[in-house]
Amino acid sequence: MDIDQANTTAVNRLMEARPILKAVATARDVIPGMKDNLFLHAGPPIEWARMSGPLKGAIIGAMLFEGVAASEAEATAMVERGEVEFDSCHHHGAVGPMAGVTSASMKVYVVENAEHGNKSFSNLNEGYGKVLRYGAYSDEVLKKLYWMNDVLGVALADALAASNGVDMRALMSEALHMGDEGHNRNKAGSLLYLKLISPLIAKTMKDSAAMSEVLQFIGDNALSVLNPVMAACKAMTDAAHGVEGSTIVTTMARNGTDFGIRVSGLGEKQWFTAPAEIPVGLFFSGFSQADANPDIGDSAITETAGIGGFAMATAPAIVTFVGGTPKDAMNATLEMYEITFAESKYFTMPSLDFRGTPTGIDIRKVVELGITPRINTGIAHKNAGVGQVGAGLVRPPLAIFEEALVAFAEKYKI
Amino acid sequence: MTVVKWNVRAGAYYDSVVLMQLQRGLLGLSGVVDAGVVMATPANRELLAANNLLPESITANPDDLLIVVKAENDQAANDAIGQVDELLLRRKSSNSPNSLDFRPRSLSGAVKQLPEANWVLISVPGRFAAGVAREALDLGKHVFLYSDNVSLEDEIALKGSAGEKGLLVMGPDCGTAIINGIGLGFANRVRRGSIGVVGASGTGTQAVTAQIHNLGAGISHAIGTGGRDLKSEVGAITAHLALDALARDDETKVIVLISKPPSPDVATSIISAAQGTGKPVVVFFIGYPPPARKIGNLQFAISLSEAAEIAVRKLETLRIEDAEILHSSNSRFVRGLFSGGTLAYETLLGLQSFLSPIYSNSPITNSQILSDPLRSKAHTIIDLGDEFFMVGRLHPMIDNDLRIRRMKQEAADAEVGMILFDVVLGEGSHMDPAGELVPVINEIRKTRIGELEFVAMVIGTDDDPQNLQSQVSQLQAAGVTVFRTAAEAVEHISLRLSTSKKDDFTPVNLDQLKQPLAAINVGLESFYDSLISQGAQAVHVEWKPPASGNEKMAALLAKMKGKKGN
Repeated sequence: MDIDQANTTAVNRLMEARPILKAVATARDVIPGMKDNLFLHAGPPIEWARMSGPLKGAIIGAMLFEGVAASEAEATAMVERGEVEFDSCHHHGAVGPMAGVTSASMKVYVVENAEHGNKSFSNLNEGYGKVLRYGAYSDEVLKKLYWMNDVLGVALADALAASNGVDMRALMSEALHMGDEGHNRNKAGSLLYLKLISPLIAKTMKDSAAMSEVLQFIGDNALSVLNPVMAACKAMTDAAHGVEGSTIVTTMARNGTDFGIRVSGLGEKQWFTAPAEIPVGLFFSGFSQADANPDIGDSAITETAGIGGFAMATAPAIVTFVGGTPKDAMNATLEMYEITFAESKYFTMPSLDFRGTPTGIDIRKVVELGITPRINTGIAHKNAGVGQVGAGLVRPPLAIFEEALVAFAEKYKI
Repeated sequence: MTVVKWNVRAGAYYDSVVLMQLQRGLLGLSGVVDAGVVMATPANRELLAANNLLPESITANPDDLLIVVKAENDQAANDAIGQVDELLLRRKSSNSPNSLDFRPRSLSGAVKQLPEANWVLISVPGRFAAGVAREALDLGKHVFLYSDNVSLEDEIALKGSAGEKGLLVMGPDCGTAIINGIGLGFANRVRRGSIGVVGASGTGTQAVTAQIHNLGAGISHAIGTGGRDLKSEVGAITAHLALDALARDDETKVIVLISKPPSPDVATSIISAAQGTGKPVVVFFIGYPPPARKIGNLQFAISLSEAAEIAVRKLETLRIEDAEILHSSNSRFVRGLFSGGTLAYETLLGLQSFLSPIYSNSPITNSQILSDPLRSKAHTIIDLGDEFFMVGRLHPMIDNDLRIRRMKQEAADAEVGMILFDVVLGEGSHMDPAGELVPVINEIRKTRIGELEFVAMVIGTDDDPQNLQSQVSQLQAAGVTVFRTAAEAVEHISLRLSTSKKDDFTPVNLDQLKQPLAAINVGLESFYDSLISQGAQAVHVEWKPPASGNEKMAALLAKMKGKKGN
C-alpha cells in the first residue's frame, strides 16, 4: 500500500466516523484505565516539574475535588511523594479543553463512533471566569464542580439515557452553517445542543427549579457544546489513527508546556513535541499579551478533525483573531487546504460555495510548504487560577512535523 | 487619581470579538488607563468587577452593551467614551479593502483556486524548475518554462511525457510566447491575427511578431520551444506539437518557424512537418543554408524581418490552392537513378532537407553512405556513373542496360513509391533514351501492385539530336512526370513524399489553446502582473523551495512521493 492510498483510508475513516453523544457517566466507570489516583491532563504526557501554572492549578483543584487532599500544600506534597499518577487524556480516548484535567469521580460525556465502534470521552464545560480548566480551584470553583457533577451531570445522564443519543456530526455541520467554527465560537452549536437536550431534560427531571437552573446553565454558556464537540472530533481522529503507512496527523494537543502531535502510521503513544508557543490574540479587559500562558489544551482536536481554525471561512464573527477582515478568514481556510489531504464530505462552508472543510493534515505537505496548522484557541493566564484572559491564534512548531517525517521514514525504511 | 466613566447602550448587541477590538482601540487612546467593553451578562460583569472596572451604580441587562473607561482624568475619560462610535465605524471601514487575495503556496493549491487554468508559467531557480514542471504536467497543464539551468535529461523527460499527454512544454529557457493574444514572459503587445509562430528563439520571436504587427497583420499564437528543442537529443518535440497545433488551428493561415541552426536531422524532420501542415510556412533558421528560396508551401527567409514580411505578404495573397498542396502525399520511398553525378548531387542536396534518412553512393555527409551500392535502402539517390558501376561497362549515358535492371529491382520493392531518373540529351549521349526506358516502365506498370510514380528530369535543348520534344512526349505518354531542372523535380518530390511525419505524440487539444487564457504563475511576480494587466485570469503561487530549502527534508519528501509506505 502506498502513502496516498494509506492516507485515503485514514481520512475516509476520519470523515465517515459518526460520533453519537450517547451518555454522561462517571469517569472511573467508563474511561479505560481510569483509577482513583490517576489524573488525566491535556496534551502530550508531562511530569509535574515541567507543568505550567494553569495545569498544576487544575491538578490541585481536581485533587481537592476528589477529596484526596485537603489543601493545596497537601496536594503538592502528595504529588511530590509520587502518590499521584498523571497521564495524557489521549492515552485513554479522552480530551479536555485547556488543562483538560479529568479525575475518577468526574462526570464525562461518552461519545460512540457508530461507524467504527470506538468511544471517546470529555469532561463537562464549566463556562467562563474562574474555572478549573484554567487552573482555578477556589471554593467557589469546587462548589460549581460539585453542582455540575451532582445536578447537571445527573440531569444530562438521565436525559441522554432517555434518548437514542445526539448525532454530533449533524450538529457540527449545522453549526458551521450558522457562523460557528466549532472551536472558539460555539454559540450556534451550544444553542442547537440546548434545543436537542432540553426536551429530554424536561422529560426526565422532576424538580422544575433545578431544571430551570440546568437549562439556564447550558444556555448561558456559549461553550456548552465545546466538550461534546471535542469528544466527537476525538472519536473521528482516533478512528483514523493506526493506518499503516499514513502520514495524516491524528492528534494535536498542548499541555501548557509542550505542543505534541501524533501521526496515523506511527505509534499509539509516539508523540512529537516541542515547546508550545504563546498564542497571539485579543485580551479581556485588564489583561495583556504579557499575561498569556504558552498554548494549552486538547481543543486543537477540532482542527485535527477539520474544523476550528480550518473552518475560519465560515465564522466571519471571529475574523479578528486572524487579522481583521472576512477575506482574511477566507484566506485562513484556503491556506489550510494546502496542507490537508482531503476536503470534508460532511462539514461544508456556505461562504466557499459549500466546499468541504480542509481535512486530514498531511505531515508531508506541512514540511514541504512550511505551512503549519492554524489553531484558534483560548488564552490562559500563566498563573494558576486566574482563568481565561483572551482568545487568539497559535501554530504548532514546524520542527515537530519534521521530526515526525524523519521517524516515519525510519519506520518505513524510506 | 483615576476616574471611571461608563456608557450603557440598551439592546445594542455586538459580538465579543468586535468588542475586544473596540476595547483595544480605547486602550490605545491617550490618558486611558484601562477599559472594558462587554455585553452586560453576569459573567462579564463579574470579570469587570474582578478588574475594578465595575462601578456599583451601574444598572445594565445582559442584552445591553456596557462600556467602561478608566482614565487619568475626566477629560480623557469623556474623550474616550466619545470616540466609541468612531472606533466602531473605523473597524467597519477597514473591513473591506486592503486585504489581499489568497496566494497559494503550492501548484495544487493554485489549481484548486483557478481550475480553468490551462497554463503554468514557471520561473523558479533552475534546479527546482523541472520538479514544478513535472507537477504541472501531472496536473494536465501546458508549461511555459522560463527557467534556465534545467538539465538536458530533464528537458527530454519533460517533453517526452508532455508529448504523450498532448501538452506543450515551452522551454526551458523560453522567454516569449503569445497565446490567444496574451503575452507570456517577455512579449510585445501585438494585435491578434492569422499568423502563427513557432519560435526556438525568444528575441527572434519578439522581432518577428513585432514586425508582423508593424506591417499591419497579427498573431494567432506564438509558441516558444526553448533554444534546445531543435537539438537532436530533444528532437524538436515541442516544435512538432506546435506546428501540428497551428496546422489544425483554423485561425492560423500562415506559419512562421524560427530557430537558431537546428541539428541537420532535426531540420529535416521539422521542415518535412512544416510541409505537412499544408499551410504556407515561412522558415528562418538563423545561419542554416536554405535548400531553396521556395519549395511548395515553404518559403525560406534570410532574416527575421524578411520572415515577417514574407508572412504578411503570404497572408495577403493567400489562395485556396496553397492549402491543398499536400493532400496527395505518398508515404513511401524515392529511389533516384542518375546517369550524371552532379545532377544526383544537386538532387540529394535538395532532398536531404526534407527526407530522412536518405542514402547515396555519392553522399554529402557520412551518415548518408550507402554501405552496399547494389542495394538501396530508405530514400536512396544512386549515381550510376560512379566508378563502382563502371568496371567493364559503358557509361549509363550511352548504355541504359544497368539502369533498366536497377529500375526493375527498385520497382520490385513494395516500399518504393517513386522512381526518379535523369535523361541527359546532347552530343555523345544515347540517341533515344526514352525509347528504351518507356517499354520498361510500361512493363513494370503491368505487374506492379500499388502506386509507383516515375519522375524524370530531362536535360537538353531544342537543337539536340535526340529531339527533346519527342523524348518528353514519349515519357509523358507513359505517365512519367517530367521536369526540366533538378530544382523543380526536388520541389515536386518534397511535396509528394513526407517521410518523417511525426505521429509519435498526442496532438495538443485545440480547444484548450482557444480558451481565454487562464494561467498559474510560479516564480517571478512580474510575469503575474503582466498577465493581469493584459486581462488574463491568473493566480500567483507564493513559491518557496520545498521544505524551505532544507535539503535533507526535501530529499525525504521526494522519496515519499508515491513511495510505498510499507
